[in-house]
Amino acid sequence: MAKKQIMPLWFYRLASPKYCYQITATLLPYFAAITLALLSIGIVWALLFAPQDYQQGNSFRIIYIHVPSALLAQSIYLTMALSGAIGIIWKMKIADMVAYACAPIGASMAFVALITGAIWGKPTWGSWWVWDARLTSMLILLFLYFGVMALYSAMGNSASAARAAAILSLVGLVNIPIIKYSVDWWNTLHQPATFTLTEKPAMPVEMWLPLLVMVLGFYFFFATAMLLRLRNEILLREKRTSWVKQLVSEL
Amino acid sequence: MTPKRKKRLILVLLVVFAGVAAVGLLVFALNQNISLFFSPSQIAAGDAPVNTRIRAGGMVVDGSVKRAPDSLKIEFVITDFAEKVTVVYEGILPDLFREGQGIVAQGAMDKNGVFQAIEVLAKHDEKYMPPEVIDALEKAGVDAQGNTLKKDYSINSEASQ
Repeated sequence: MAKKQIMPLWFYRLASPKYCYQITATLLPYFAAITLALLSIGIVWALLFAPQDYQQGNSFRIIYIHVPSALLAQSIYLTMALSGAIGIIWKMKIADMVAYACAPIGASMAFVALITGAIWGKPTWGSWWVWDARLTSMLILLFLYFGVMALYSAMGNSASAARAAAILSLVGLVNIPIIKYSVDWWNTLHQPATFTLTEKPAMPVEMWLPLLVMVLGFYFFFATAMLLRLRNEILLREKRTSWVKQLVSEL
Repeated sequence: MTPKRKKRLILVLLVVFAGVAAVGLLVFALNQNISLFFSPSQIAAGDAPVNTRIRAGGMVVDGSVKRAPDSLKIEFVITDFAEKVTVVYEGILPDLFREGQGIVAQGAMDKNGVFQAIEVLAKHDEKYMPPEVIDALEKAGVDAQGNTLKKDYSINSEASQ
């Protein structure tokens, strides 16, 4: 069967567990180094050098953890649902493994976003938790992650487990626009977005630059953590193949 | 794309659309209940139930805050720039409570049309600004949004602290 090639060859080869394992081995140290550099620069800049807010004082600095983790929780969910869909449609083992690798990282990001939000809410709003649309939809996101993780742990890493988890994450996909637009559609205690693609940020440069560094650092952290889990999963699921056996015998 | 894959793609899209449709209808039906608070306009229009625990939200009107000298009792007016509601509260206010600040109060409307609050939360906006910048802006007579300030704004909010 002749196939049209739309993407470069290396892209197709990524679908092979062996090649994916090799290419991620070269990528991983760079990702880890970039993560370390961005996060350490970002933390020092955000906590020591960024100016404080005129209303909230220093407590506003929690934005530098809160916003990146909330952003990542949603981005990771999209990654998980998309690779789940690719796994269903193309029956690609690597896509299933990526979805599997994403779930706990996304759950921890959602957890960090909720916790930092609560810690931030107490001094500014006067309450740890309010059942408004933004906070509730974010909690639902955490529960969706828990649901996906529970499915995996109940069904093991079989193809049917991957399919079930992918369908759950696809159904839950509707929650992502709800989280994003909850502050615009309903009255919420949570303020609307500080950053939009269309307008300039409601924050001066010396405040949002360190935030940008932190967001990029969080993305690279996700890439690093996901690749580590993915490589682990490749070895585990391919343990009967000759290349993994050879790899182990070389140890 | 092979026919088999096309079939699975359609299946995946169906799952997503079914999820969107189900949740969309749910959210549409619950629209009013998802909102955290009633605005003063909704309360004035009679949308908010009387003597039932609700939340009311709006901006604290400049110069409307009256504090009792010997207790934590406080009275102020909130507005959405169309209607006004008087709020009575006794207790500790969040740090961000001030005139011109958005707040969300939990409590109930009494029969005199006064909101008896049992909890007051401060709502802050999405704007962040270093204090030096605000000082400079106030000297120039504009606020964080670039609107012209009333002359006595800063003195007024300081006096109410």
